Amino acid sequence: MTIAVVDYGVGNLFSIYNALEHIEAGPELVTEPEDLTRFDGVVVPGVGSFGRCMRQLSRFEAVILEALEGGTPTLGICVGMQVLFERSEESPEEGLGWIKGEVVRLPDSVLVPQMGWNTLTIKKEVEILEGISDEDFFYFVHSYFCVPKDGSVLAATTDYGTEIAAAVSRDNLFAVQFHPEKSGQKGLKILDNFVRLTRC
Amino acid sequence: MLARRIIPCLDCDLAVPQGRVVKGIEFKQIRYAGVPWELATRYYEEGADEIVFLDITASSDRRETMKSVIRDTAKNVFVPLAVGGGIKTVDDVRNIFKAGADKVTVNTTALKRPEIIGEIAEEYGSQACVVAIDAKRRDNPTEGRISVPTPQGESWFECSFYGGREFSGVDAIAWAMEAERLGAGEILLTSMDRDGTYDGFDLPLTDAVCKRVRIPVIASGGCGNAEHIYEVFLKTGASAALAASIFHYDEWGVDEVKRYLAERGIHVRA
Repeated sequence: MTIAVVDYGVGNLFSIYNALEHIEAGPELVTEPEDLTRFDGVVVPGVGSFGRCMRQLSRFEAVILEALEGGTPTLGICVGMQVLFERSEESPEEGLGWIKGEVVRLPDSVLVPQMGWNTLTIKKEVEILEGISDEDFFYFVHSYFCVPKDGSVLAATTDYGTEIAAAVSRDNLFAVQFHPEKSGQKGLKILDNFVRLTRC
Repeated sequence: MLARRIIPCLDCDLAVPQGRVVKGIEFKQIRYAGVPWELATRYYEEGADEIVFLDITASSDRRETMKSVIRDTAKNVFVPLAVGGGIKTVDDVRNIFKAGADKVTVNTTALKRPEIIGEIAEEYGSQACVVAIDAKRRDNPTEGRISVPTPQGESWFECSFYGGREFSGVDAIAWAMEAERLGAGEILLTSMDRDGTYDGFDLPLTDAVCKRVRIPVIASGGCGNAEHIYEVFLKTGASAALAASIFHYDEWGVDEVKRYLAERGIHVRA
């Protein structure tokens, strides 16, 4: 039983790897698209700019989509969530478009980036948020946020100047704007929920 | 609502295996506090929102020790880890991230070669690049200095570098604004006049920087008790407060500080 962490050359994957290792998920950093076929779950991390992530991720697009359509639970984190959408105000590059909607800049009324711990408002019952309540805090670091066209994908929101999509889900596709790997025990709980899904 | 953050800071002397946490007073006298990864784990369990490690030895032969400190910590501590001291190149950043850090703080290098801020931000995102400013209060601001009213009269603040051993001549407040423009994700603002004194944060300095930048500011230097943290959150726009001694010597637990703040209406992570 193993979880692939897609290592497409952006940012720092050690923390997510380490957190998955801690919960005994058997993580493996995958640097080549052809190796992505043999995993029970796929994690798509992402930091830095939307455009850079998309450029680097494009060679993985087909294999991740194939895994997703084959029913493999897939989790996008931070910019790894944003790239699932159609486009972003941050960069001219097109997103993956697997979730309809766009990514926009945080409002001017707040400090940007949002950096720190915020609570969730849970919008729907979804497996990865099992055991999580509206009182729990999660670690966010981002300057842009996702606006899904279809509100039914919203699993949780957070309040930062406006209502921000914090978690979305559709079938076996999940994504979170915050960093579960840096959100203490509650963050590990979310990763553990995800890993348990891969073992059904 | 976003919570105000409490950040324990570990000043690490890496001249011994595993390293050791020490704490100075106004950047000078040094006192032993414990083993870095053990203290970090304790603070994590008490509810620290983030942990900062500063290499106060900061010579190149000790980098390996810092990497092992971070590796040991990152196995059990799942909040952001920031590392600073002696970071000169993006290669240094890469190495410390590979050990498990999430952010780096740059001070001397950024003053001498400001492009490093953009280089880190480009590769790892702005959030990964914290610019640390050690600010010393100076009397009689001259033309071109940003003047701040303080209890000692009109003042300006000068950036120190090389761990407080030298002064750069650079206006600390202007530098914070410039660092934001260059791509810094956060400012770690330390008052050299208050550091280790237990007299409380430098409120005029902190306020002056918070009012001029649109990125989070971490107030640092002088925290002697929970009331000081309450005060800096009440009277300035600081997003986070950093403290060392009050946590190291068992005067306050991170959880006790948070309870104190929550009871007085400051929004913190429970």
